[in-house]
Amino acid sequence: MSHHKVVYLDNNATSQTAPEVVAAMLPFFGELYGNPSSMHTFGGQVKAHLDQARQRVADLLGCSPEEIIFTSCGTESDNTAIMAALRSFPGKRHVVTTRVEHPAVLNFCQDLARRGHEVTFLPVDRQGNLDLNQVEDSIRDDTALVSVMWANNETGVIFPVEQIAAMAKAKGAVFHTDAVQAVGKVPISLKDTQIDMLALSGHKLHTPKGVGVLYVRKGTPFVAYVMGGHQEHGRRAGTENVPYIVGLGRACELARQRMVDENTRVKGLRDRLEEGLLKVEATMVNGDPNRRLPNTSSVSFEYVEGESILLMLSDLGICASSGSACTSGSLEPSHVLRAMGVPFTAAHGSIRFSLSYYSTGEEIDHVLKHMPGIIERLRKISPFWQKYKTSKACATPGYVEP
Amino acid sequence: MWEYTDKVKKYFTEPVNVGEVENPDGVGEVGSLACGDALKLTFKLDEKGRIADAKFQTFGCASAIASSSALTEMIKGMTLEQASKITNKDIAAFLGGLPPEKMHCSVMGEQALTAAIRNYQGLEPLPSEEGEVVCECFGVTDKEIEKVARNNNLHTVEEITNFTKAGGGCGKCVDKIEELLAKIWSTAAPTQAAPIQPPKKKLTNIQKMKLIEETLEREVRPALKADGGGIELIDIAGDVVQVSLRGTCSSCAASQATLSQFVQTKLREFVTPELVVEEVKP
Repeated sequence: MSHHKVVYLDNNATSQTAPEVVAAMLPFFGELYGNPSSMHTFGGQVKAHLDQARQRVADLLGCSPEEIIFTSCGTESDNTAIMAALRSFPGKRHVVTTRVEHPAVLNFCQDLARRGHEVTFLPVDRQGNLDLNQVEDSIRDDTALVSVMWANNETGVIFPVEQIAAMAKAKGAVFHTDAVQAVGKVPISLKDTQIDMLALSGHKLHTPKGVGVLYVRKGTPFVAYVMGGHQEHGRRAGTENVPYIVGLGRACELARQRMVDENTRVKGLRDRLEEGLLKVEATMVNGDPNRRLPNTSSVSFEYVEGESILLMLSDLGICASSGSACTSGSLEPSHVLRAMGVPFTAAHGSIRFSLSYYSTGEEIDHVLKHMPGIIERLRKISPFWQKYKTSKACATPGYVEP
Repeated sequence: MWEYTDKVKKYFTEPVNVGEVENPDGVGEVGSLACGDALKLTFKLDEKGRIADAKFQTFGCASAIASSSALTEMIKGMTLEQASKITNKDIAAFLGGLPPEKMHCSVMGEQALTAAIRNYQGLEPLPSEEGEVVCECFGVTDKEIEKVARNNNLHTVEEITNFTKAGGGCGKCVDKIEELLAKIWSTAAPTQAAPIQPPKKKLTNIQKMKLIEETLEREVRPALKADGGGIELIDIAGDVVQVSLRGTCSSCAASQATLSQFVQTKLREFVTPELVVEEVKP
């Protein structure tokens, strides 16, 4: 391990746990162990904490507490939403989603396609944006579900989900959004939208891992995915994960208070980081700079490979992610960057920094101090950098899409 | 997070022999930007024909950089004949091992070395380019897969992907790799067969028949099927097993060899060592 202090800039992967959240959870690991479904007062008192957490989540999302279902994670919420829509409309076999979804939606939809459903995977442009005319044209009478993420985890690009929800509604399709990255970073008021279902994840909001939420609008047809007891009004069986749900309630309360900070101070730090990194030669930012989360930055350093950059950063205590092939273990660079047509030269050298409420100016300075040297060292080793420097002719075009 | 050995980390953070040798005697370039890793190896010989200097330039992950740097250290002072015997296994061993998913980095080193030596000899970069491309995503040929599979005793598609990347892109060629593996290991069986074990006790005729049928089903048919052929058990008289070949196998000139070398070896291995296989025409 390195002797450097940890500079955690990988909050889109998982966020630093908030001490306030952990403090709120602790009693429920100990003395307050009752089952909220019990008829005795000892268990019943726990139910009050569960209700309070539900209210706090609803306050953050701008909806009613009855519309909140607690789950184990964002992936469970996404899977449940898709299954619920398909089971509610057995006659409709068509699903619309995008090519840049998180695997929780993308892989599930690819599986649906293999099992006889028809799935439209919408493309994005070089900036990572959808073509809204194309979205509208793709929704048909037999479309059961439209699932479009609120914000992309790799680039931070925000989709106009409220508009797309209205399009889906107009054609009688259910609209679901994976809002795991957006919640707490962009203002959300579900009652003012036509969004039917929304997934969020606790550990992106500074809780420990193991809790999520599925919002289901009142009146939306719903079939439970996890069946068993009557918990969550029969919509998600299984004894409630009380400590984590209580923690999530506290985290949502904090997120409401910190929303302004996210969009001013944190955004300012991100912009400063990006500005500094762009001073390194042959560097580019991935994703529409005008439609992005305030905390996310995907930067590509051409002609070097992401894993090598990450390991050198790691030695300095800096935590980030990469869309390069070598870090994913899949041998191909990120599906998001490929869908955007990011050139090979840049896709393999992409680094994602994701900040949070806990990020500081000193941390950004630390990265800016060391990054140019790391890139220079790796470019000295790279056979392509010299070619690029001498001829400038090596730059490869975008991906040829199948 | 990959588990790299300290030696991999050392050769990554402090790589030696970075760059290009001036007026090189041999140059080997493999990989590409599209693939995600690439290596350019250059070397210079001394008057006695030994590698006096070797340098590398690598685009890739930590294990690719470490493998390349290690390779240059290994070959310095060697004759070309000695160097040509270095395999990916030697590179991985030098580094104290590589994660399975990263073995292709050591294969890239071996390929660059081969290409550089061939370049010195005035030959095309890689002999494997004569083969047929199996994996279009990473441009891997059947010859390359076969070589790596045999050198490293690889039997599954996953292993092939770890070592060559083939099959790790769109996944369309996975079936082809499976077929290729079946072919490689069915023809290799005679030389690689386990030492023949004496039977524990004499089998009854019923037991023998049952065991022969089972062995054909489990060990023989899948391999023949990969070539588009099949085998039928006709009769068993004492230790003589009469079989007939179906489909592609029956018209194949090599069918006689298939029989004696493969079916008989399998039956002797799993039933009893006295068995003799005879082909009868259907």
